[in-house]
Amino acid sequence: MGSAYLQFDSVSKSFPGVRALDRVSFSVREGSVHALIGENGAGKSTLLKVLSGLYRPDAGRLVLGGQEQHFRSTSAAIRAGIAVIYQELQLVPELSVAENLYLGHLPNRLGWVNRKKLIDAAEMELMVLGEGIDPRTKLGSLPIAQRQMVEIAKALARDAKVIAFDEPTSSLSARETDRLFAVIDQLKLRGRVILYVSHRLEEIFEVCHSATVLRDGRLAQTYGSLEGVSRDDLVRKMVGRSIEDIFHYQGRTPGAEVLEVRELMGPGLSRPVSFSARAGEIVGFFGLVGAGRTELMKLIYGARRAQGGRVLVNGQAINAASPQQAIAAGIVLCPEDRKKEGIIAIRSVMENVNLSGRRHFSPLGFFIHERRERANARRHVERLAIRTPSLRQLAMNLSGGNQQKVILARWLSERIRVILLDEPTRGIDVGAKSEIYSIIYELANAGIAVVVVSSELPEVLGICDRICIMREGAIVADIARSEATQQKVVSLALPASTEAQLPEAV
Amino acid sequence: MSTPTQSRQQQSQEPGQQPLLKRLLSRMSRLSTWRTVWEQTGMLLVFAVLVAYCWYYVPKFKTLENIDGLLLSVATVGIIACTMLFCLASGDFDLSVGSVVAMSGVVAAEVTNRTGSVLAGIAAGMLAGALVGLANGIVIAVLGINALITTLATMQIARGLGFLASDGKAVGVANDAFYTLGLSSLGGITWLRWLGETGRFGQWLLGLTSPIWITLVSFVVFGILLKKTVFGRNALAIGGNKEAALLAGIPVRLTKIVIFSLQGMVAGFAGVILASRMGSGLPDSSRGLELQVISACVLGGVSLTGGIGSMWGVVMGVLIMGIAENAMNLLNIPTFWQYVASGAILLAAVLLDRLKQRRAA
Repeated sequence: MGSAYLQFDSVSKSFPGVRALDRVSFSVREGSVHALIGENGAGKSTLLKVLSGLYRPDAGRLVLGGQEQHFRSTSAAIRAGIAVIYQELQLVPELSVAENLYLGHLPNRLGWVNRKKLIDAAEMELMVLGEGIDPRTKLGSLPIAQRQMVEIAKALARDAKVIAFDEPTSSLSARETDRLFAVIDQLKLRGRVILYVSHRLEEIFEVCHSATVLRDGRLAQTYGSLEGVSRDDLVRKMVGRSIEDIFHYQGRTPGAEVLEVRELMGPGLSRPVSFSARAGEIVGFFGLVGAGRTELMKLIYGARRAQGGRVLVNGQAINAASPQQAIAAGIVLCPEDRKKEGIIAIRSVMENVNLSGRRHFSPLGFFIHERRERANARRHVERLAIRTPSLRQLAMNLSGGNQQKVILARWLSERIRVILLDEPTRGIDVGAKSEIYSIIYELANAGIAVVVVSSELPEVLGICDRICIMREGAIVADIARSEATQQKVVSLALPASTEAQLPEAV
Repeated sequence: MSTPTQSRQQQSQEPGQQPLLKRLLSRMSRLSTWRTVWEQTGMLLVFAVLVAYCWYYVPKFKTLENIDGLLLSVATVGIIACTMLFCLASGDFDLSVGSVVAMSGVVAAEVTNRTGSVLAGIAAGMLAGALVGLANGIVIAVLGINALITTLATMQIARGLGFLASDGKAVGVANDAFYTLGLSSLGGITWLRWLGETGRFGQWLLGLTSPIWITLVSFVVFGILLKKTVFGRNALAIGGNKEAALLAGIPVRLTKIVIFSLQGMVAGFAGVILASRMGSGLPDSSRGLELQVISACVLGGVSLTGGIGSMWGVVMGVLIMGIAENAMNLLNIPTFWQYVASGAILLAAVLLDRLKQRRAA
């Protein structure tokens, strides 16, 4: 095995309100596969973006083969021999495989592309990888796994020395994954430096020699060798505490039924959906991406038009045709995509908090009662411990966790009976997560029916009283906390045929 | 865990990481109060410098007659800018206002001639404008067509309707009462006569004609509407993030329809006033007015992408444009050069907007 080629030396990067990378140092040797792991928001993608020249670090050095690098652009990083293969591949579906491979440096003479040379060279590259893809094929017609191979071939065609993979197996089948690992082994033999980012710890033990664990933007641990390291060791390093410490689950006795959904049908659902939630109950919704959970929440909330069925609150049919009606009936939604659908980034915290509840504060429903708005915002900022220098701070300068709390504060300004939380902790660091959980318990204790949609299995198992599992646009199971195990929930969530594609639960 | 407060402390403990200027800038931009002050005083500064320059170096600029003329010249743009502010704040814009001004003037003149009632004429002009605005609003908010295409179309349609209603000719009005709307002043009010005895300035105030006062009232009314009402805040929220506003229960469609209808009605009213001042409805007037109005708003710090804007800024923008034009006239700069200059001013304003967004991002 070779010497350390890629080296991060005390790299830091901050964004307003959050320190994404804090003095991270580690190095990767030639001909080795190094895993980069950590929870969402641990800083993995920021690190990749620093590597690829998309971000410039605030401090610290990036060293390649002994040479300090200061990339001013992504093309500078490419010239220095870095290739990052993202989940969303950076290819042009309308062009042929060969053109994609040599995009940016097509073999040419005075601007005229030498087609024969192009095809021959592309064929060579693909053959080296053991892929029998015709370079003349239009890229868009290839399956995802082969497109990924094209991306790898593209990195090799540019003679990339460092190749970073970002969750490469997320959309591959088991066989395709094996194929990818064989190629990675080959890259290793050719002396490439490989950085492998993945959530799936089993894979990491399969392909990587060494690993770096990031937690909250800091280096938690670097393992020079993974021999003798267990999966649990890695998890502990990633989370930094045991799961019980994060969730603090306390049981409650739920009250009367508050929300009842009967035979609700609409876009994104394959069958009519029925379920209910009681006062003080936390109902989890687990499923794969695209299982229809977000769509169901939007149907209940009136953000999408239902095509049949009923929604009842306290026994009264409400069938909201718009969010306004849902809010008036006491149903609110914290949307999945906080930045796009939740906060108004360029307005202040105060305005974001009062966005919906404002009408309760204005006597004529027309003029703004500034004193009451300020009091309301201040009360909720204190109650939810929203960390902001002032009420006038723009929402975009807050960290993800605090933005989520601002949205929760908005709904706490309303009189709510049911709160639908769609991925409430996505992209939030661990500390803020446990604060969000406390708020969820508080809401439940106050007799509100809470529905939590989450793709994180430990979260669903950790905080919910009951779990509904959705698959392919329908609820396939509704099980109590006591009966829910990881295996059971996951196997219910997976389509029957693709058992192999287990989403990795941390 | 790194909380925002902690990370800020860490940063202040580790100086020398970034160049001083960058650090200062990033600190300034983090304090939103600082930023708003800087943004608003920034424009105020431009305004003050411009006025000071004209005061000392442009002959006749500081005469009361010139100021009167200057204010009158910005009246139409000023009135329409009030509602354009709402359009822009909510993330849209309206190109049809220039045509609506011409069309409403013609309609008001026609209706006044036919019915003999000035009030009916004024009402008809405003109604015609409001209808165009309503159509804009429905097409944009309900059918989801983008504002550029929609208002580009209604701009042509309104222009055409104006020509059709007038047969392509200026529509003169025989009724003298029609002119009072645009030409009356405070001088006619008995209990204000004392002002005239206080000196030249009092006399000047009494001499200011109604369009100036109407503009002033519009600034105040729409300023309050933006800053102090739920409607105004909703408009800004929609421009800031339409999807989030919708999910927060804001009536997005209704708000947009109201904004465009208001815009049409106000443009119609401005058209009626203009016709009254001119003594006739001119179907070919006010070409390019929409761009002047939008430039004035953008110059006043209203974001073209929505969500940011204040009435103070718009007042500044309108006055800066008016003063620049007025000064160029006084300095006898040829009209052709004035086009070049006003284009350059617009470009500068857009660049400024861009710069501000980059800092915000």
